[in-house]
Amino acid sequence: MTRYTSVTDDDLREMLAEIGVDSVDDLFADIPGALRLERQLALDPGRSEQEVYDELRALAQANVSTEDEISFLGGGMYDHYIPAMIDSIVQRSEFLTPYTPYQPEISQGGLQAMFEYQTAISELTGLPVSNASVYEGPSAVGAAGYVAKLEKGRRRFVVSPALHPHSRETLATMAGGWGMEVVQASLAGGLTELPELDEDVSAVIVQQPNFFGVVEDLEPLAATAHAAGALFICACDPLPLALLKPPGECGADIAVGEGQSLGNRLDFGGPSFGFFAATEALMRRVPGRIAGETKDVDGRRGFVLTLQTREQHIRRERATSNICTAQALNALAGVIYLSWLGRAGIVELVELMMQRTAYARTRLAELEGVSLLHDQPVIREFAIRLDAPLERVIASCREHGINPGYPVGRDYPELTDCLLVAITERRTRAQIDRLVEVLGAAVAANRRSTEVKA
Amino acid sequence: MTARWFSAAADDELTIFERSKPGRRAFAPPELDVPERPLDELLPASRRRAQPPRLPEVAEPEIVRHYNRLSKRNFDLDTGFYPLGSCTMKYNPKLHERVAALPGHAKLHPLQDPARAQGALLLMWRLQEALAEISGLPHVSLQPSAGSHGELTGVLLTRAFHEDRGERRTKVLTPDTAHGTNPATVTMAGYEVVKVGTDEHGNVDLEDLRAKATEDVACLMLTNPSTLGLFETGIEEIERIVHGVGATLYYDGANLNAIMGICRPGDMGFDIVHFNLHKSFTQPHGGGGPGAGPVAVADRIEPFLPRPQVVRRESAPANGAGRVHYDLDYDRPKSIGRLRGFQGNYGVFVRAYAYIRSLGASGLREVSEVAVLNANYLLARLRRAGVLEYLPAAYDRLCMHEFALSGAPMKRELQIKTLDLAKRLLDHGVHPPTVYFPLIVDEALLIEPTETETRETLDRFAELVVQILREARGDPELARQAPHSTPVRRLDEAAAARRPVVRQAL
Repeated sequence: MTRYTSVTDDDLREMLAEIGVDSVDDLFADIPGALRLERQLALDPGRSEQEVYDELRALAQANVSTEDEISFLGGGMYDHYIPAMIDSIVQRSEFLTPYTPYQPEISQGGLQAMFEYQTAISELTGLPVSNASVYEGPSAVGAAGYVAKLEKGRRRFVVSPALHPHSRETLATMAGGWGMEVVQASLAGGLTELPELDEDVSAVIVQQPNFFGVVEDLEPLAATAHAAGALFICACDPLPLALLKPPGECGADIAVGEGQSLGNRLDFGGPSFGFFAATEALMRRVPGRIAGETKDVDGRRGFVLTLQTREQHIRRERATSNICTAQALNALAGVIYLSWLGRAGIVELVELMMQRTAYARTRLAELEGVSLLHDQPVIREFAIRLDAPLERVIASCREHGINPGYPVGRDYPELTDCLLVAITERRTRAQIDRLVEVLGAAVAANRRSTEVKA
Repeated sequence: MTARWFSAAADDELTIFERSKPGRRAFAPPELDVPERPLDELLPASRRRAQPPRLPEVAEPEIVRHYNRLSKRNFDLDTGFYPLGSCTMKYNPKLHERVAALPGHAKLHPLQDPARAQGALLLMWRLQEALAEISGLPHVSLQPSAGSHGELTGVLLTRAFHEDRGERRTKVLTPDTAHGTNPATVTMAGYEVVKVGTDEHGNVDLEDLRAKATEDVACLMLTNPSTLGLFETGIEEIERIVHGVGATLYYDGANLNAIMGICRPGDMGFDIVHFNLHKSFTQPHGGGGPGAGPVAVADRIEPFLPRPQVVRRESAPANGAGRVHYDLDYDRPKSIGRLRGFQGNYGVFVRAYAYIRSLGASGLREVSEVAVLNANYLLARLRRAGVLEYLPAAYDRLCMHEFALSGAPMKRELQIKTLDLAKRLLDHGVHPPTVYFPLIVDEALLIEPTETETRETLDRFAELVVQILREARGDPELARQAPHSTPVRRLDEAAAARRPVVRQAL
């Protein structure tokens, strides 16, 4: 017997008798003999709880986490502080273990949390219709592309080169199935510049702030997209929206994004959640679950999954998406986090990050052999160019317990000497000063030229 | 009516926004330790929002109380029986939450250099190996985020496979018993859905399949055991028909819990399989996710797997022995590309891996044996109790891990529908089975007890159904008006859809 099953030998005998078969094997009689596995699976034997714990702990210790170094990594996921209350709430069985709330009478907790989440996402994005979550940021961009395909039926997407590389690639993967093409716009001084758009474009997709941390000027981009009859889709980072003009107010038809920075763990990339918000006009094309308010037979307020005729379990091949299981628990963490920050707190937090980011950017730019890739406004991330081999600088920083950032050359071959540096509220002035010191020394020791700043 | 398992405090129904009062707060920011610069200098006013987002203003104690109370308005798997067919609502071991929360896993940045994420990559590689062995297909991508995402991956893999051979195919076959995600996926991947019928025994109708399996068919998506909880006895012939026209055979792993260690999709001839780690491998369902939907594929599909792929590399032998390390391989020229950000839902992989390590080969086999035993036992108990007179089995066979009943006679003779029976179960602290699915069963009820339930729980459930039917004979209104003891009663879903209110007016 495994520790998660309860069938004793007596149970087994009596249960088989009740069924009217002689053995458990008889229950599998429908499986053709030639297909039966006549051996055990080649897996190690099961182990005790403490042994499994020890193994998983050893694996964890073979990773260098944000607790083990001073990390300036960003690029789509960020080392934010997660308040203790989130763990205590999302670990409650009542939130952790239920299925999607198909039985609303016994799922009001989850449904109301979805409704609260949707309200918060609508407020941040400035768009009236939010769903209850999609998988994560880049696939949310793909999902938005699919809505644009259904809505416009034209054969091209135009995307900013500063849309996250994973988002661009995910969209391209999905668009392959639709016979659609993804065309890249250009960048000028860190900002997206659109080409002339013809009538073949279903949607223009940009990111706010963009992959290099730059705050885009969305309104003219939206106007250009709309003038060509295309949808304007904005992938956005939810925390900076505390300060930024909401994409909905800038003309976005759809705002999507990665929700990890709202109270979710890094988890080596997931699970987090993707958010998806749209205009009223697109409401019936939005993918996935949406919680809606209604009343019960006694007139009490309650919540249900609504507009289900969009969804796969009802509409099947005519559904607006195939999504079923999404990321409800992660979205719950998101709305708890936003409630924890609150109206004043979210602004304070983002302003703090912006001040520290500005400080780090100025200090790094003063170093010999370090320059800014652009000087556009940023919130909590920016790119620098080093006059030294990046790998050697990174290696040298690591020796001092610092991970200086993400080498963007992996995604942008023309930028092999550039580093993307993220400054969350976890990075103190002392840590930033240490980065400046260590990185400055590493660059100085590995300079390519001898140029000196004026 | 039984004890309330939920909270019924008077102000439970307020939202977090309705609890908000200007000036209250839970967050205290860290100290501003750098010279402060004017906001206008950092961010031009033209790109700023006019007023702060209207998020709730609530102190910490009230936030915690709010969500704790909300939680008590949810039914959950740790509290009661949850035989929701096709969802595999099995116990989620607590150990998994503990190990997933270890900082080395939970605080590992996804863009960390692979050389400094060796524990994570080793775990992913070992999980890939285990899933390959369980499915009988040698190559695994962990990337897809959920079952339907795995399906999309699988159909796009099929497209890439055929295009690489210069073939253009336009149709994908799905049985009429399939989950809705199958046909929805087919459309989303740019194919036309062709539905295949079911024969009188609940198997795929082989004649219909032969007629529809033409040279323009790319794939058959099949769930086996099917959503009726039945093993496809004609699977060998299905394989011959589908491969005979050059199509791929796709295995929807939603029901893998029935066959682990007993038989393998790869041995049945499937080319592509997806797993639901949130079903068979105990990732908690979270009220609608997160999950993970890895895919396993045959050799001929491997070149097309998503990027990046976790690989094991051996560096050149130094002093005799090569050094083994794990890496992310992006250099896959025929890959369909990415389907999401980063490397997948790693936190889910940690839990699934811990589960496989806990149970091992014999444990996983026992899981499937007991899942099938429990389902057949419950079916037999219901039969002995006379329930099948009103709720006959859709197909009179041994079932696998779940079984479908039809509530049509109950509706006719007792004047209560399947929905009413389901709602009445709520009053007794039991989550109802899946209702009105599969679509081909009239007034369907799909019951999946899972292996983690005791025989006593199954007995009690059988007795409860008997009791509800008996009660309906006397007074059908009790069930028709049910539930009576839940935080809210039946909700007006039609009104919600007619005039959707999907956010709070602030």
